[in-house]
Amino acid sequence: EVFLPEETRGATPVDFLQQLPSYQSALRRRATAGTQERRAAPQGPAGLLAAEGHRPQQEGDEVAVRPAREYPLTIAEKRRLRDCQQADIKYLSGWKQWKRTSSKSLKKVLSEVKELSSYLKLWRHDIHSIEGKFGTGIQSYFSFLRFLVLLNFIIFILMFSLVTLPSIISKYGMFNSSFAKIPPKNIEPHCTVYEPSGNKGLVYFYTYLKDLLSGTGFLEVTVLFYGYYTIDAEWIGIHKYNLPLAYLLATFAYLALSLIWIIKRSVGGFKQNLVHNEDPFQSYCNKVFAGWDFCITDPNAARLKHRSLQYELQTDLEEERLKRKEADRTMKEKLCIYFLRIFINIIVIAVLSGCFYSIYRATVFSQENSNVSIRHDDVSNMNFQANLLVQYLPSIVITLANFIAPQIFSFLIRFEDYSPAFEIRLTLMRCVFVRLANIGVLLFSLWSQISYCATDKCNACGYNYELYPCWESEVGQEMYKLMIFDFIIILAVFLFVDFPRKLLVTHCSCKPVQWCGLQEFGISDNVLEIIYGQTICWIGTFFSPLLPAIATIKYFIIFYIKKISLIHTRKPAARPIRASSSNFFFLVVLLIGLVLAFIPLGISIAHIPSSKACGPFRNFNTSWAVVPHTIDGFPTRLQQVLYGIASEAFAVPFFMVICLVMFYFIALAGAHKRVVEQLREQLVMVRFDPLFCTAKI
Amino acid sequence: TGEAEAARAAMGGSASLLPRELLREYQELTFLSKQEILLAYKRFSELLPKEERENACSARVPKSQILTLPELRANPFQHQICRVFSTSHNGDHSMSFEDFLDMLSVFSDSATSDVKSHYAFRIFDFDDDGTLDRKDLEKLVNCLTGQGEESRLSNAEMEQLIQNILEESDIDKDGTINLSEFQHVVSRSPDFARYGVLQ
Repeated sequence: EVFLPEETRGATPVDFLQQLPSYQSALRRRATAGTQERRAAPQGPAGLLAAEGHRPQQEGDEVAVRPAREYPLTIAEKRRLRDCQQADIKYLSGWKQWKRTSSKSLKKVLSEVKELSSYLKLWRHDIHSIEGKFGTGIQSYFSFLRFLVLLNFIIFILMFSLVTLPSIISKYGMFNSSFAKIPPKNIEPHCTVYEPSGNKGLVYFYTYLKDLLSGTGFLEVTVLFYGYYTIDAEWIGIHKYNLPLAYLLATFAYLALSLIWIIKRSVGGFKQNLVHNEDPFQSYCNKVFAGWDFCITDPNAARLKHRSLQYELQTDLEEERLKRKEADRTMKEKLCIYFLRIFINIIVIAVLSGCFYSIYRATVFSQENSNVSIRHDDVSNMNFQANLLVQYLPSIVITLANFIAPQIFSFLIRFEDYSPAFEIRLTLMRCVFVRLANIGVLLFSLWSQISYCATDKCNACGYNYELYPCWESEVGQEMYKLMIFDFIIILAVFLFVDFPRKLLVTHCSCKPVQWCGLQEFGISDNVLEIIYGQTICWIGTFFSPLLPAIATIKYFIIFYIKKISLIHTRKPAARPIRASSSNFFFLVVLLIGLVLAFIPLGISIAHIPSSKACGPFRNFNTSWAVVPHTIDGFPTRLQQVLYGIASEAFAVPFFMVICLVMFYFIALAGAHKRVVEQLREQLVMVRFDPLFCTAKI
Repeated sequence: TGEAEAARAAMGGSASLLPRELLREYQELTFLSKQEILLAYKRFSELLPKEERENACSARVPKSQILTLPELRANPFQHQICRVFSTSHNGDHSMSFEDFLDMLSVFSDSATSDVKSHYAFRIFDFDDDGTLDRKDLEKLVNCLTGQGEESRLSNAEMEQLIQNILEESDIDKDGTINLSEFQHVVSRSPDFARYGVLQ
């Protein structure tokens, strides 16, 4: 043992350390495992075997014997060890024997199940081959894409089974079902007029195409959009199915499911390090000891990996030298740099405001011009292309902003004089913000149009009933257009930019073309692209329940597009991010996207009056109002309990208890940190202490 | 039976089969699944000349043949890996089938991080003295950055890097990293969880 409880050694700190529960458990573990660890390095496997042989005499009740394969020995030695262990079983009591054999068979069954389930994984072979050729950094992008396909599919199943399927069943009268449309009471009749212009009579063929691309016309009255679900009460057989409540709860369910799944994945990949302040991803030990990617089988990829490792190590060392120089900066230089940074941040904010304002104007323009022609029901004097352009104007402006703003940011950050790693992170954060905030601005401009009320008649409804009798369908259409346009852009870039560039580079050998070379497969750009699409899906699913199905198909096709693009038309980035930190980065940004999706949904559900002309919430003020209405139908006891939970008398003490628990854990972490520091100092002193030099076995 | 048929299918119908008892024993003693063991047997037999394929279980494959495997071909630690996993007594680092299985088992997905870190330590210990001293670390970094003069770090950079590594991992400040310190620093390393996964 390291710490002998002797008075000669300055008893007080040692006694305190011995009292800590974590130290006690470490002692216990060391007592049983100590013999083998000390013998592993100098004596090799023989010592390990001898230690194991003496095991059963020391064994207590709580320490489990590890199976033979968890020991670092050759197969021949493991065989001997296992025979030893099996011989020892006879000395144990019947209960322990049974426990041992049953745990063994349970482990065998679990491993079989795991093996079978691994065959069911989607794209297992594709991702494996990508890993072999390009390393785990790029493979993590494709795993992330697979995760999104699965997530969207599950959300689709959820919405379909809870909302779409019952609606279809009752509308077609299958299984003895029926539905009822209860006209809303106390509402002006002009609010309830909604006549979607599904295509009547003879129309040109291109109208169908235009409707398919913008969600109007014949698509507007289908299951795709909110307007179809104008069912206030439904009976399947003799059971009543509360569709409005189901619609709202399904929305909350898919948001909660996404949140829990993402958090579970990010916690699994990232080890929290509360005790040490070092950044676990950037530590030198992590880069050197776990640096080589054993999955690489291709010599070219190996050469690339060597170069990137060399570059990474040199950059980190350079950064450390820069940090030391920074500490030597004079006051005057520091002030200079801070002013420069503030100035550049002002420019960044100006660029962002420019983007937001242009999106706002584009949305307003698009809404005004597309609605005017529809409401006046004349054959539009704009031709087909112009009409489509007006419809897609917000999407085009957003895509342009998403393309231009990152270029500006990476240009500006050079002047801010940060360390290279921080530069990359800050640019990334700014790009994430631009992409996600653009969607928010679009929605905000839509709402300002929807809630703009000039007349009293309009105020009675709460929203602009003339232009937007069914405003949720309008919002659903905008989200649908964004998603389709995003997909078209990815496809177009692949077909019309990547392939010609590749052909040019392979067949034309003039200097400027070769210097340009192939486009890099930038992981962060690709990830931001798909997270942007996923945020649109999360916001849009409330207004358009089949949107997750479209998202699933879209990501499925994007997987193959990106795979072909990676293998044939792009070169891997010269400075790839590491697999572990990139996994964490993807999930954190996805989480930011999800939290940002909560805000518009929350405002739509709880604040804006639901449209009285369509949808399942016609009889309520807002979509949220269906929940209090349902609670009022519960027995009085339950109502009291629920109202009690929601009141301040419960919330304030609950909040205080949570704060206390949090402070307790923070204090515990601080205490552990102090103990670790003290133990480290003790370890250093142990080397020079004559008592231990002789006592060491 | 089903298992014998699977074995025959993996063999391609030519070489001898792995006896069922041995297969079950290997499943118990390594982290590999049945399919993986059969695939390993097939690939090991392919490394042997035709006459020796009957007794693949007891034959030894010379080091030069092992290094032709695609997983090891591009690996900078190939010589160390052969040295660590070989149980040959005459120092020629040849590998038997069981050594081969051991190697695949340690580098598989389901191996515990304890086992992986133990073997990683032995692989990085170039002079085999039970600790990682400055010379071992220098050779390790040179392996990582690649062969060739232009891919090595300069002396000053190497000094700085080794200083940083020792600062992070050498707890008792004796200038070397022993097994416990190595396992401690590697257990907190997030990349190590996916370390060394072949196939």
